[in-house]
Amino acid sequence: MKKLSKIYNALIFIFLYAPILVLIVFSFNDSKSRVVWQGFTTRWYGELFQDKVIMESLLTTLEVAVLSALFATIIGTLAAVGIYSMNRKLRKTMLAVNNIPMVNPEIVTGVSLMLVFVFVFRATGMLQMGFGTLLLSHITFNIPYVVLQVMPKLRQMDRHMYEAALDLGCSPRRAFFRVVLPEILPGVVTGALMAFTLSLDDFVISLFTSGSTAQTLSVTIYAMTKKRVSPKINALSTLLFGAVLLLLIIVNLRQMRDMKKQKKHG
Amino acid sequence: MMKSRSAAAPFGIWMTLFTIVPLGIVVWYAFTDKSGAFTFDNIRAIGDYAGTFLSSVAMGAIATVICLVLAYPLAFSISRASERAQQTMVMIIMLPMWMNFLLRTYAWMSLLENNGFINQLLGLIGLGPVNMINTSGAVVLGMVYNFLPFMVLPLYSVMVKIDVRVIEAAQDLGANSLQVLRRVLLPLSVPGIVTGITMVFVPAVSTFVISKLLGGGKQMMIGDFIEMFFLGNAPNYNVGAALSLVLMILILICMGIMNLVDKDDEDGGGLMV
Repeated sequence: MKKLSKIYNALIFIFLYAPILVLIVFSFNDSKSRVVWQGFTTRWYGELFQDKVIMESLLTTLEVAVLSALFATIIGTLAAVGIYSMNRKLRKTMLAVNNIPMVNPEIVTGVSLMLVFVFVFRATGMLQMGFGTLLLSHITFNIPYVVLQVMPKLRQMDRHMYEAALDLGCSPRRAFFRVVLPEILPGVVTGALMAFTLSLDDFVISLFTSGSTAQTLSVTIYAMTKKRVSPKINALSTLLFGAVLLLLIIVNLRQMRDMKKQKKHG
Repeated sequence: MMKSRSAAAPFGIWMTLFTIVPLGIVVWYAFTDKSGAFTFDNIRAIGDYAGTFLSSVAMGAIATVICLVLAYPLAFSISRASERAQQTMVMIIMLPMWMNFLLRTYAWMSLLENNGFINQLLGLIGLGPVNMINTSGAVVLGMVYNFLPFMVLPLYSVMVKIDVRVIEAAQDLGANSLQVLRRVLLPLSVPGIVTGITMVFVPAVSTFVISKLLGGGKQMMIGDFIEMFFLGNAPNYNVGAALSLVLMILILICMGIMNLVDKDDEDGGGLMV
């Protein structure tokens, strides 16, 4: 039975990694074909950094991810604090609104934002599709995840701590930064990381809200799939994949070391 | 923190402007024509897409069921492994999501094509090329591939909380494996199942990339039409908005039915990644 489940898990893992293996192998292929192997080369890795379109989309992707995570974290954290102190009915309404972008199919969110931008542009000439609209959209779909990460931390916090800080003469603002924020920080950090990742990963909403001036990597790749995806993109994703893998291994090793240490001392 | 309610003000304004108003505008576009006059024409036009809606829901549902069947034993065996093995296996499941999903789907084309790798392998053992690409099977495979982690993770996070002694007690009392599964495991993992189903079904039904790449334009899904009406060569926002509206309502209904199954679960269960 044990053996059977091991084989089963291995099969699923092969299923998950087969296309990734294809991608990585063909980033070293000395031909533009994605089926025929023509010999080993690393030239795509060199040409990648000369490709203006790819490099610009990579930059846009990173900029949008960092900025949207930042704004979403600020708005979302404040929102969680505010929602937490509301009465039950108002809180339920707010959380229901918060759920909309998460429950709605991405394509509907993308389309609805696109229509707003088109509408505002036609009416006022502002908000032309581009980096600005892309950023606004990413902040919008990131906020709910931050709220949901921060809320539980607020619930776990002792309400009286904040009141005690006020009693001891803190201003509400100071009490927030000195007492509340340190308590909920793990939730804030997780929320920010999640927002960053979701933004990096997003394709559907970006496609509808980026216009032609500011394209993220996914949108550029999508345009390529209509003709032929350049092996340079394979090279880029191999590099990114390698970076993530390395990061995860380092984090995992450190965690294991910490766990061992704890066992020794505890 | 009684006076901190106003901290939610930016959130309230933001969500109104970029979530509620946009949905209102979708409704408005769905019920007007190009000149802005009220009309039912767009809604009527949806009748032409009834078949597409049906096949989209069917393909999404099939992919969801396959995901559930594949993920359930996997999630269970992960949840019973040592802590270290659990961590590693969860990482193995999540890692592919870090590679651009368009590229991973595109790579499936290389695997499934008539002169692709799978057929090359089949050729080696003397089996003729099997036509896999540009079929609805290929599209479902693409969905299962892309969304399987969304099923495994919520299932795992619920199962890891199931006390091994509950299973042992059932076995001691004479339950066979099937009875343990039906009477103990399944009921206890309902919250994870519900979360997993929603997390797979919603993106699967509304996808347009997977059908485009692996279905070769022969298996148009509702998402393909929506994309076409908004970003295609002959845009028609009004019909596109009507299709989006119906898609949204359809999914809300499906989720409402799901929530009936899982009435007493307030937090939504499982983890929402």
